[in-house]
Amino acid sequence: MKRVALYAAALGFMVFAGFPFYWMLVTTFKQNRDLYVGASDVSHIPWIFNDPPTLDHVRLLFGETEFPRWVLNTLIVVVAVVVITVAVAVPAGYSLARLAGRWGERMGMGIFFTYLIPPTLLFVPFSRLVALLGLHNSLGALILIYPTMTIPFCTWLVMGFLRSVPWEIEEQAMIDGYSRLAVILRVAPRLIVPGILTVVVFTFTLVMQEFVYALTFISSVEKMTISLGVPIALVRGDVYHWGSLMAAALFTSIPLAIVYNLFIDRFIQGFTMGAVKG
Amino acid sequence: MAGVEIRNLKKYFGDLHAVDGVDLSIREGEFLVLLGSSGSGKTTLLRMIAGLEHPTSGEIYIGGVRVDGDVPPRARGIAMVFQSYALYPHRTVFKNIAFPLEASRVPRQQIEAKVRWAAEMFSISRYLDRYPRQLSGGERQRVALCRALVRDPKVFLLDEPLANLDAKLRNTARDDLKRFQRQIGTTTVYVTHDQIEAMGLGDRIVVMEHGKVRQVGTPQDVYEDPVDTFVATFVGQPPMNLLDLGDPSLPPRTLLGFRPEHFLPRSTFAAGEDVRAFRFSVRRVEYLGSDRYVYGAVAESATPDATVIAKLPGTIAQAIPEGETQEFAVPRAALRYFDADTGLRRRS
Repeated sequence: MKRVALYAAALGFMVFAGFPFYWMLVTTFKQNRDLYVGASDVSHIPWIFNDPPTLDHVRLLFGETEFPRWVLNTLIVVVAVVVITVAVAVPAGYSLARLAGRWGERMGMGIFFTYLIPPTLLFVPFSRLVALLGLHNSLGALILIYPTMTIPFCTWLVMGFLRSVPWEIEEQAMIDGYSRLAVILRVAPRLIVPGILTVVVFTFTLVMQEFVYALTFISSVEKMTISLGVPIALVRGDVYHWGSLMAAALFTSIPLAIVYNLFIDRFIQGFTMGAVKG
Repeated sequence: MAGVEIRNLKKYFGDLHAVDGVDLSIREGEFLVLLGSSGSGKTTLLRMIAGLEHPTSGEIYIGGVRVDGDVPPRARGIAMVFQSYALYPHRTVFKNIAFPLEASRVPRQQIEAKVRWAAEMFSISRYLDRYPRQLSGGERQRVALCRALVRDPKVFLLDEPLANLDAKLRNTARDDLKRFQRQIGTTTVYVTHDQIEAMGLGDRIVVMEHGKVRQVGTPQDVYEDPVDTFVATFVGQPPMNLLDLGDPSLPPRTLLGFRPEHFLPRSTFAAGEDVRAFRFSVRRVEYLGSDRYVYGAVAESATPDATVIAKLPGTIAQAIPEGETQEFAVPRAALRYFDADTGLRRRS
């Protein structure tokens, strides 16, 4: 009996979580008449194919917009930002947690607070900076700006994670014959892999969904990222190309969902280890 | 092999004086136990010997060589076992034990032979291919000891290595540890808060409190001749009874101390024996199988409410009814005197 209730609840959550994906899928392949007729005909059933499916919306997305280009742009920005963030935040978090003593904790909080400054306040100084560096309307602007959001948060994340990794293992390595530098380079990375993965996933998510800075600093269509290009190209005035919008969402989210599922255990471990035990 | 010499060693963390002027001379091949409650500075002292903490001031010599300055942990010729064992989680048991040898670039064949020898010694050869997470607590502890052993250290530093084992295992592990130390004869410094471990393992015991050494001596010295009331009540279970009798034959402000196992019914002593008798009003009796603990108060005491404990061995069959007053006595040779103000022992 208890089991049945448990499965019923799990099923409920699954439907709740999966329905948006189903909706994206159906909308992507529906004919326009099938999509819009419900507005005037209440007997129309919206969640099934009433007319045969079509590839028109997918064709529009891939043939008449720069979607493949945006995917490439997004990938370039994501990879660059992930590399920069890991390269800066992991050593920063490590040194603040392990080497800076009591001041490390306070500095870590200070760094975290900078993450809380709303982007709208930073437009003006950032646009001056971007203009000064000649990066306006280029992916370089995004690669420069995004780490200002990801590094503070990820530094703090790595600090929290390290608190749950006993220092004794690294001290043991120092006794066993390693110098402090050798411990940092050869022993510590292996211990904080889950923390690094968490940083990667968080940065990935943040960059994929960022819209406001992209809108501010990118103006040419061929330089846009997915999150900017899709709404700009497929929402024309008050005409929403729902089918193509949903197609874009579908083709972006499914590979991501697969990748996340491969890492989900470590991802959760990274978050809870830092958050709960810290 | 080498001894360890510590001179006026201090470690301050801000206002906290974790180690506050310790002088200690650890002999070659000795098994020395640092005993104290948490916060007594025993672990900080050990970590300073290891080189994991820098002393605020003072000197440390290992085998006659001064190491307190810039000698890093790896160059001090020590091996350490942490309470958590600190095994490398992603390495197999073999790789864990081999780690210090790999770090010092020992040839592969020699590593293989040495690891197998050490594993044989602690009978963990069967587990060499497993990962630490697949082992029980006792097995992990032995892996940690193995890893310490293969370094051929001048000094072993052990930080409560038995604290995470269950009570039954702890007894056999203690025995193994002592036998192993005798066999290889390496100087060992062992930190614990458990007085039974300290008494059972130590050639000498160092009792610490608030960063200071209270007493250094053999288990017998510490138990039978405590230098002050702290040591008297810290070592021994149940602790030594301390009474303020206000006895005019003694100097004023003198505390009388005696161990619970010396405080027995008057009738168990021969008539001519030199004892000091007390009227003991029994509150409660705890039957513990091999012993009985009798809780009560002594009428002669200046503070008649203070609890006094008697520990009667199972060989004394006499009935001790609760709520009654009985005549108990302590052999005069077992009485210890302390200054009530300073807590120090009075040898008079």
